[in-house]
Amino acid sequence: MNLLAQLFFAVLLIIGFGFFTINVKKLIRNIKLGKPVDRADNASARWNNMFMVALGQSKMVKRPLAAFLHIIVYVGFIIINIELLEIIIDGLFGTHRIFAGLGLLYNILIGSFEILALLVLIAVVLFWMRRNVLKINRLSNPDLEGDPKKDANTILYFEMVLMTLFLVMNAADFWLQQAGVSHYIQAGSFPVSHFISPVFNGMDENAVHMIERACWWLHIIGILGFMNYLYYSKHLHILLAFPNTYYADLNVKGKLDNLESVTNEVKLMLDPNADPYAAPPADAVPSKFGASDVHDLNWVQLLNAYTCTECGRCTSSCPANATGKKLSPRKIMMSTRDRLEEVGKNIDANNGVFVPDNKSLLNDYITPEELWACTSCNACVEECPVNISPLSIIIDMRRYLVMEQSAAPQSLNAMMTNIENNAAPWQYNQMDRLNWKSE
Amino acid sequence: MSEVLHVPTMAEMMAQGKQPEILFWVGCSGSFDDRAKKITKAFVKILNNANIDFAVLGTEESCTGDPAKRAGNEFLFQMQAMMNIEVLNAYEVKKIVTACPHCFNTLKNEYPSLNGTYEVMHHTEFLKSLLDAGKLTISGGEFKGKKITFHDPCYLGRANNVYEAPRDLIKKLDAELVEMKRSRANGFCCGAGGAQMFKEPEKGTKDINIERTEDALETQAEIIAAGCPFCNTMLTDGVKIKENTTPVLDIAELIANAQDL
Repeated sequence: MNLLAQLFFAVLLIIGFGFFTINVKKLIRNIKLGKPVDRADNASARWNNMFMVALGQSKMVKRPLAAFLHIIVYVGFIIINIELLEIIIDGLFGTHRIFAGLGLLYNILIGSFEILALLVLIAVVLFWMRRNVLKINRLSNPDLEGDPKKDANTILYFEMVLMTLFLVMNAADFWLQQAGVSHYIQAGSFPVSHFISPVFNGMDENAVHMIERACWWLHIIGILGFMNYLYYSKHLHILLAFPNTYYADLNVKGKLDNLESVTNEVKLMLDPNADPYAAPPADAVPSKFGASDVHDLNWVQLLNAYTCTECGRCTSSCPANATGKKLSPRKIMMSTRDRLEEVGKNIDANNGVFVPDNKSLLNDYITPEELWACTSCNACVEECPVNISPLSIIIDMRRYLVMEQSAAPQSLNAMMTNIENNAAPWQYNQMDRLNWKSE
Repeated sequence: MSEVLHVPTMAEMMAQGKQPEILFWVGCSGSFDDRAKKITKAFVKILNNANIDFAVLGTEESCTGDPAKRAGNEFLFQMQAMMNIEVLNAYEVKKIVTACPHCFNTLKNEYPSLNGTYEVMHHTEFLKSLLDAGKLTISGGEFKGKKITFHDPCYLGRANNVYEAPRDLIKKLDAELVEMKRSRANGFCCGAGGAQMFKEPEKGTKDINIERTEDALETQAEIIAAGCPFCNTMLTDGVKIKENTTPVLDIAELIANAQDL
């Protein structure tokens, strides 16, 4: 490899990682638009969650076929990326298969990469068929119409092409090794690609060399491209599943947070010595109750939105969705991310300051009809393989509807009035609470 | 039914200088809903029969605030919670048992940070503990050999990970426990939670309780067991709409009936 190629490779790497870094920074900035929430406690339980749920994929196994295919792609992704290290060193220093000196270990490594690459290829083709041919309900329902569907398929095509390039590259390399071409040292074992290499028989040495180089370059360009596509796709979960499971709520699912701002006000209301006309303390920021836009959600909820990979397990287990209601927990997450992206772009376009755009998460992205259909049954939270909670967003938005807009459905207002007046959701007198005893 | 229930109130106990072991939190449904009142009575019969030292708050009890909180009215919830906590703390309540998973969840999980910390048990957990301690014997009685399916209330199961206590009790009835296709952590909601009980469902193709009732009927069970007054209502309605006669009974009713209480 000549110096020019090495230089080109270095520039390519800098552009690839540089652009990626810019997007990661943007991602972190957007997540930080959320309100603070303390998730620094109980580190051991959090590490355990991350280890079991993200790394160990313990929640995936609920659907065994998808889990099996997914684990292949997941393990393949991690293992084959060891190869990336060699590619980068070779590219920068003009070497070829720099780790070949590892001997038997190298053969084992390359051999296992090949087998994994083939398995990944098969798994990805099956994934594509589940989505496009079998049209599994959760993978083809209306939430995904348009861009999300294209996005999902783009990711699958990316993976198919990358794996194919890897195997063809090895096949050409193997063929050149057999032909004794200098530079192509005898190294690696090729349990899969040696079946491909006969297609080069009868071809000119230079042509095969060109093919090998082309695959090598396209493979690394593809990997850098894929890495940079992550930010624009639903595929961020390969990175964010880890922080997401770490920072997930550790409480039992039934427990909702008690709003502190409300606690202070209620205490004041119940305090007989409080002066109702006292001026609020000067530092009291007028707070908004609940959430109508992404700024009102906490940063973990926003991290949830970026982590969602739109698998739809939540929606397929949602009782409201199963009975034809508009609510889809997956769509709650997708809408939150879409709005967050829009807010992020607004900030980018206005020198780092958000300029109100007369839009909000509520109404423009998520309608009250969706929010009121939720039974808070936690099926979506239980299902999510990476511990996302669509329910927490739904509850925060209901809080806004009720406490800021008094926009609850009429029957719920009646229920709440009853609780206020007679301490029960129905119109019964509190003094009759023990009547059952003698009925 | 002629037997008189012994239901002391906390106020009466206090007047006698006594502190009961447990507070039975009846809940709004258990106090006012005609169907749920039967569950309340069945549970009290078991408590009386086992000589459990308990009391209720009676007219001093009020809504935990759960439906308000789930509807988004945090103000109303916290008002209710703080008033209840004041009463509970005044009586120095340590242990609460309730037959409503919604009250159970709220009292157990959402009261502590508002200064209301108690040991809270669902009645199926409590009955299981009595059984384990030898204070309660369960015999099959009329349910011997019957096929019974159990519907997991969301606020007991997924919300608080209590799956086994109600099942252990059903098995003690010498009944055949049959599971629905969606059970335990995969249980399908009855449609009442999150304040849905108090409103009409949004537009859809089907009501949630019908979908769930179909799960239950599919098991061919002779009895549908529930552990929540709201689930009970939803499933009872569902069975009626499906023009079926399978009874929907609370675990407490099953045990009380089996013992002929």
